[in-house]
Amino acid sequence: MVEKNKVWELLDQISDPEIPVLTIRDLGILRDVEIAEEKVVVTITPTYSGCPAMTTIEDDISALFIKEGIQDFDINLVLSPAWTTDWMSEEGRVKLREYGIAPPENEIDKSVLFAEPPVISCPKCHSEDTRMVSQFGSTACKAHYQCNKCMEPFDYFKCLK
Amino acid sequence: MNSLFEYLIRLGDDSLILGHRMSEWCGHGPILEEDIAMTNISLDLIGQATNLLKYAGEVEGKGRDEDELAFLRFDRDYKNVLLVEQPNGDFGMTMMRQFLFDAYRKPLFEALVNSSDEQLSAIAVKSLKETKYHLKHSAEWVIRLGDGTEESKLRVQESLDTLWRYTDELFFTDDIEKELLENGMSADLEEIKVAWMETVNQVLSEATLNIPDHGWQHDGGRRGMHSEHLGYILAELQYMQRAYPGMEW
Repeated sequence: MVEKNKVWELLDQISDPEIPVLTIRDLGILRDVEIAEEKVVVTITPTYSGCPAMTTIEDDISALFIKEGIQDFDINLVLSPAWTTDWMSEEGRVKLREYGIAPPENEIDKSVLFAEPPVISCPKCHSEDTRMVSQFGSTACKAHYQCNKCMEPFDYFKCLK
Repeated sequence: MNSLFEYLIRLGDDSLILGHRMSEWCGHGPILEEDIAMTNISLDLIGQATNLLKYAGEVEGKGRDEDELAFLRFDRDYKNVLLVEQPNGDFGMTMMRQFLFDAYRKPLFEALVNSSDEQLSAIAVKSLKETKYHLKHSAEWVIRLGDGTEESKLRVQESLDTLWRYTDELFFTDDIEKELLENGMSADLEEIKVAWMETVNQVLSEATLNIPDHGWQHDGGRRGMHSEHLGYILAELQYMQRAYPGMEW
């Protein structure tokens, strides 16, 4: 019988298909692993409602389990509690920045309709002199920024609370 | 009739049809960033529709899943408001339609967070986070275009004049709404309307736009009586499943 710790370790091989430097554990979308009567139950949650990566992630987990000889398993997709960028690990934030994506910063309450966009430091030159080009970037979870200093265009993993 | 099922279909169809409308902009956005923004918003809306229709299918208990509900119903079975099926028009028209809808959706999801139905509450918590971004985006464009050039102001004012007569339907109340409200499942649309009006007044006044004073308002969408536009949307949306039933990819 497979042990819980072993399953967690195995799942560290599963990365987000859009941001391959982050594992699903780093991102905080891997919520739980349970083993009940030989059956492995993995619980995951989407970042955004329409995140197209979820199906790929489910397929990747299934393929990995089958390869490792785990036959009896379930992948549970839950919406509650809703994912928040607070669940991203410290290690994940470091990896994200090294990869060229600015990690989420704590933002001003979005219920204030016209709050200024948050100050984001450039993942390349670390300057805080950057500007938001668009609130919506290459995927639902990112915004598009540009550094005014080194001119580098970059993605910002936007805060979701 | 199952009231919760009906209610979930209303919410789900609003997201589905508006998501489809937004997706029509894919590859046609006025600038690359907006093309990406509109497809992002579209994806969020279709994601919300997936969650809502999936749950509707579970509540109904007849084995219909979200795909069957999205692709294989007839036009009269769609219960979205007429506002979301209105044509995209120009970019300003699309942003105005989105703004009028987002300003309603945000307080609605805020209220549904407290729904006595656990799964509906979970969907609301998730969707609310996305809707805040949508509202910020659409409101900023309404202001930029309204308080913009002579041409942009003229055109976006015309959009507002055209779309205004579809806004009252957002607050359509019938026995289904009343029953669910009594059970603590749905939201009090009178309160939602107050919040909506506040946002609309604030943004439109900053955008230097005028709320039209014509009183006539359309409705029918919640009862399955649609404008001719829905048929064209469904023809495109359903084509694949109608031509190749059960097709998957």
